[in-house]
Amino acid sequence: METTAPQLFKITFDGIEIEVPPGTTIMQAARQLGPKYAPPAMCYYEPLKGTGGKCRACLVKVTAGSAKDPRPMPKLIPSCITTVQDGMEVENTTNESVLEARKGIVEFLLINHPLDCPVCDQAGECHLQDFAFEHGRVTTRYEEERRTFEKHDIGPYVQLHMTRCILCYRCVFTADQITNKRVHGVLNRGDHAEISTYIEKAIDNDFSGNVIDVCPVGALTDKTYRFKNRVWFTKPVEAHCDCEKCSGKVTLWYRGDEVIRVTARKNEWGEVKEFICNTCRFERKKTSEWTIEEPTKISRHSVIMANKYRADLKKPDFGLKVAAAQYKEIDDSRPYLTDNNTIRELSKENNAKANQRSLAENN
Amino acid sequence: MAVKILTEHINVPNINTFEVYRKMGGYTAVEKALKTMTPEEVVEEVKKSGVRGRGGAGFPMGMKWSFLAKPEGVPRYLVCNADESEPGTFKDHYLMREIPHLLIEGMIVSSFALGAKKSFIYVRGELMYVIKILEKAIAEATAAGFLGKNILGSGYDLELVVQPGGGAYICGEETALLESLEGKRGNPRNKPPFPAVKGLYQSPTVVNNVESIANTPWIINNGGETYAGLGVGRSTGTKLISASGHINKPGVYEIPLGITVEDFIYADEWCGGIRPGHHLKAVIAGGSSVPILPAKLILNLANGDKRLMTYESLSDGGFATGTMLGSGGFIAMDETACIVRNTWTFARFYHHESCGQCSPCREGTGWMDKVLERIETGKGNMRDIDLLVDVAKKIEGNTICPLGDAAAWPIASAIRHFRSEFEWHITHPQEATQPGAVYRGEMELV
Repeated sequence: METTAPQLFKITFDGIEIEVPPGTTIMQAARQLGPKYAPPAMCYYEPLKGTGGKCRACLVKVTAGSAKDPRPMPKLIPSCITTVQDGMEVENTTNESVLEARKGIVEFLLINHPLDCPVCDQAGECHLQDFAFEHGRVTTRYEEERRTFEKHDIGPYVQLHMTRCILCYRCVFTADQITNKRVHGVLNRGDHAEISTYIEKAIDNDFSGNVIDVCPVGALTDKTYRFKNRVWFTKPVEAHCDCEKCSGKVTLWYRGDEVIRVTARKNEWGEVKEFICNTCRFERKKTSEWTIEEPTKISRHSVIMANKYRADLKKPDFGLKVAAAQYKEIDDSRPYLTDNNTIRELSKENNAKANQRSLAENN
Repeated sequence: MAVKILTEHINVPNINTFEVYRKMGGYTAVEKALKTMTPEEVVEEVKKSGVRGRGGAGFPMGMKWSFLAKPEGVPRYLVCNADESEPGTFKDHYLMREIPHLLIEGMIVSSFALGAKKSFIYVRGELMYVIKILEKAIAEATAAGFLGKNILGSGYDLELVVQPGGGAYICGEETALLESLEGKRGNPRNKPPFPAVKGLYQSPTVVNNVESIANTPWIINNGGETYAGLGVGRSTGTKLISASGHINKPGVYEIPLGITVEDFIYADEWCGGIRPGHHLKAVIAGGSSVPILPAKLILNLANGDKRLMTYESLSDGGFATGTMLGSGGFIAMDETACIVRNTWTFARFYHHESCGQCSPCREGTGWMDKVLERIETGKGNMRDIDLLVDVAKKIEGNTICPLGDAAAWPIASAIRHFRSEFEWHITHPQEATQPGAVYRGEMELV
């Protein structure tokens, strides 16, 4: 009998070689390299089957299809649903056309988005915010009227703010896959498509609250938490309880001593692996109802970490090492100016140049 | 007189009934295929004919058939795409209405070739009377033993189902059509997997246009090589062209591929020229989705040769100086047609018909519609023109299905070839918003 180790496919992602098992998508392979390399994902949600391919934020350039057929793919392809081939070469942030396309996607997603981040509960943990910050342009070219919707209460706990929705379909997949009966879906077409319940029916089942967690923007919000706080003022703590409906593994969000919100645990990609029930999410808001485990680990770059002191985080000494390696004496051959008038003129000139440069960048 | 493959008997009285169609030599292809040929031989014959998909993309039909996966124990399906809703294209409608049995015969032959036991004709919902015509034709063919169990004693069973569509343009895209046929929301699927591997109900499926399927009986009767002898190069056979616009004789014409565009517009046999007293300004050669070309470029290639009505010749020069044959919706415009208004009309159409699944198309089509509306109503700004070009570029190629491309191409090409007209609308808002106002500046008419 033959015993062969599972064959691995070798792919090159932004010049980095990585070996992954067949059937892996480009996105999953890139995520193994870390958040610095992974393409952004607005609709793809690994725990939910069938998601992906809709938002086009994760488009990448495949410069070589495979070792057998090294032709480049003519179009940019969505990395979240494309499986790797042996010898595939992928360009993400190293390719100009990818960055250009992503700039376009951000712009498209934002033209009908209300940009009400200052009053939005999702601000600070919003995927669209992160995506726009990373890939968007500073100004907008959109002068037209934005599409708006009325707010809907769907069920006792969830409010739908459709104007903010980017139609990622994640909540539809969630309802399909973790609840028995889906009563909400997408109505209408094009930019007037909206998430809605089946003829004003309320979403009423024990796992409905999970649509809030999967929503990448602030379209589906927790009615018990609405307008109570900003995410960066709260402190997330891992906790569990003995729940008969779900795993009971949650993140508690504290403000002072008060639990102001309960969510499922999210991984570094913002994805929930174990969905929780509505009782845990909406009803258990006392510390005494939970067994506290430890503070949630959150990337130091996240705004959620702002103003929080973490003893277990040591500053890495890379910075010092890099500085030591790059140290050299300043060799400035420019004349040392003492004449005030010349300095004033030069600084005016430099300011004008800098202004022009930043204007050009912004346009 | 040129060879007619599809429309030879179309003017025979009562050709829509089984008796008359049979008398005119109908259903002989079914007899020939089922009694004397194997499915592989039918596929081979269609491959030899070189017939290309008539729905717009022009992919060789035989090749598409040979890609069909054939796993054991899984049913295979043939789906006929009769959801013709491209603005400017009305050939399938005509064919199904006038000679429904031609499509039924083609469906039987094609289903036999692909080994499909159940085949579907997905007709756009607006054409309810055509659906009734097709259903009547199917009942007649079933009564005569050409459909149902054990057709003509060959042991081959086929059930043919006519499915009305919900009336969405997007359901003409093959994967959205399959979703709709399954009873779901008509959103296009991500490809791969292609329908040939996982199509209807996750089974291997071939989706073909009405006109493509209607060609198969003739190919079986006369041989693939005879068919390949018609036409020019890789554009074999004949093509139905839906001619509309400012021509003397609008209508559906079956042309042998390879006649010149000039002949098609000016010959009495076809369109009969531009209406008296006017001159040709622009042509949309293959339905609303393909790039618009000014008169000079549609009649002649960039190198001065005559442009032919073939897939290759029309796309000669890429999108800089070429266009596409598409689905054959030939719209001719004279100098009274306003390109900006026309472009806006198309943009409005794509805005309305975008399914809203992927972001570039959902948001971009609406954006372009609104900007074009501003330009047309005299509120435009010079930077809007470049904005439109840039938005079109960001949509093109970045969407799930070709609707994004189809929305971007007409706008990009209109600006490419008629930029001065857009600029005139912006610089002369007073004149441009008068009823019936058209740019009268420099343009090359023929």
